[in-house]
Amino acid sequence: MQAPVIRVRDVVNRFGAQVVHDGVSFDVAPGEIFGIVGGSGSGKSVLLKTLLGLRRPDSGSVELEGRDITAMDDRELRAIKRRYGVTFQHGALFTSLTVAENVTLPVAEALELDEASLERLVELRLRMVGLPLEAAAKHPAQLSGGMVKRAALARALALDPAILFLDEPTAGLDPIAATAFDDLVLYLRDTLHLTIVMVTHDLDTLLRTCDRVAVLVDGKVIVDTLEGIVANDHPWIRHYFHGARGRSMAIAREDAGGA
Amino acid sequence: MRRHAPAVLKDGLRRDGPVTRPGSMQFTALYDRAAARLELAGEAAMEDAPELERALRDLQGAPPAALQVDLARAALRDIGPAWLLHDAIAGLRGAGVDVSIHGAPPEHFAYFDTLLSREAGALARPSTPSLMDRLAGFGRSLEERGRSWHEALVFGGRLIASAAFAWRSLKRLRLPSVVRHMHETGVQAIPIVAVIALLISVISAYIGAQQLRPFGAEIFTVDLVAIGVLRELGVLLTAIMVAGRTGSAYAAELGVMKLNDEVDALESMGMNPYEVLVLPRVVALVLVMPLLTVVADAMGLAGGALLTGYLLDLPWSQFVMRLDAAIAPTTFWAGLVKAPVFGLLIALTGTLRGLQVRESSRELGRLTTVAVVQSIFLVIFADALFAIFFLEIDF
Repeated sequence: MQAPVIRVRDVVNRFGAQVVHDGVSFDVAPGEIFGIVGGSGSGKSVLLKTLLGLRRPDSGSVELEGRDITAMDDRELRAIKRRYGVTFQHGALFTSLTVAENVTLPVAEALELDEASLERLVELRLRMVGLPLEAAAKHPAQLSGGMVKRAALARALALDPAILFLDEPTAGLDPIAATAFDDLVLYLRDTLHLTIVMVTHDLDTLLRTCDRVAVLVDGKVIVDTLEGIVANDHPWIRHYFHGARGRSMAIAREDAGGA
Repeated sequence: MRRHAPAVLKDGLRRDGPVTRPGSMQFTALYDRAAARLELAGEAAMEDAPELERALRDLQGAPPAALQVDLARAALRDIGPAWLLHDAIAGLRGAGVDVSIHGAPPEHFAYFDTLLSREAGALARPSTPSLMDRLAGFGRSLEERGRSWHEALVFGGRLIASAAFAWRSLKRLRLPSVVRHMHETGVQAIPIVAVIALLISVISAYIGAQQLRPFGAEIFTVDLVAIGVLRELGVLLTAIMVAGRTGSAYAAELGVMKLNDEVDALESMGMNPYEVLVLPRVVALVLVMPLLTVVADAMGLAGGALLTGYLLDLPWSQFVMRLDAAIAPTTFWAGLVKAPVFGLLIALTGTLRGLQVRESSRELGRLTTVAVVQSIFLVIFADALFAIFFLEIDF
């Protein structure tokens, strides 16, 4: 196996007396799509913030591309942040800017480029995420939910990151839009060899896209391939995947019947 | 010129500084005009886009008839710079330049071809307005203005209707809610209102004493402060403070509730948002404004007494005697009677603007500002009307 892109070791996060993460460790390999699931309040968002370097864990280490971000000063952290892109649950597009301006913002902030080049790059990102080019002049309020997610992804891709963090990428989308988004994520991984970490509750997304899954239970993490997780006999995990298992089996049967 | 230091990012981070790229080589892009050769070397990341752009600009400034692009020693790792190169080559080919590529074309080029085959066309950009657009924009703003007036009328009508309805039963008046808003807008505002009133009366007493001294009429500073504070300054400053504090809070609270669909949720449960949200706020502010004004008046007089005592060596008892002579029985009431009216204006403006919030959070900020500006304007306008009215009836 190649050196992991993300390496989390014994991370402990607590708020006062409440321990959210009690020694969380896992690795994410290059080019992998890594899912994070867990019940409400299990600390998915806190874990994501820790991985992004927005929150320092109480103890433990987080390495991105072999560099420990928990020990970095702000300057180094800022450089590391160029290596990843993030999409937030509700898109977090800047409402006062157009889609084009949203996508341009991180590029113009980091690099000295001409207006013309910036515009060419916006076109590239919109094409990459499959947004129609006329969406460029629109404001986020004028976009549908699926388009907001795509625009957010375009902004996350603006600096050609090596790692992509997606927070609930398909939440609030209809099944067709969600499937299209899953396809897009898979396509980007396959063409750009991105490493993708996604927090999701969408079982279909999990089943379709993720190579491995981390389940947060009782402050610990259980990491396995999807089959391994589904076969795990932890009561919460059994409960969680009970429906999914039935569904995946139903799909498998359907496929077999159709073949 | 900044172009000479392409590898340094804006914030001073070296391109290859903190983030090391194992086995990578500094990227360079050079256009040799004499040989009509574009030569790229090293691994190009997104941060190298400015370097590439500079070479491409040299190239596009004077395009040759035939161009050689040498990629043999280059690796276009990131997709951004590869796209810029791809785009420039396509542009030159379109202009009839014979472009030949040496070395393997970047793997991303095939990806670009699939991307481009999916959707033709160009990036939409915000159009520059024509005369017709401007006319249409003017029309729209007039329509908007009209709708705003219409909404204000509807708002007033529905509020009066729900007030008339609420009057009949105590439950409909929602006393707990009224009390909560009185606490938030009244009790919590006492410190700031008191301090402002004290300071303003100190300022006016100080200036008054200075101006009146040459005439030997310093004693009239007491008249100035007393009449000024009781008739005008106390209530007006309180109203302006409350407009800034409470008018904005009302607009923002209701605006957020509107954005969260909380207003629709209330209505779906058969509750009238005017009765539940607007009326308690309005009633609370109408009740609280006179009380705050009394506080402001008291603090204003105290400030006047303090400063005249200090500047004019006027003992406390003399201040009170002079005060008694200076003010008529109506002076205090001439100020106080305005307070509930100002409160009503502020509360109505704040709640109306809050309920006008639609779609986006941008709207919320704009309408909150509008609420404050308009309520202050209305307060001062109403104060002017009161001044004329009192003059006419000799109050």
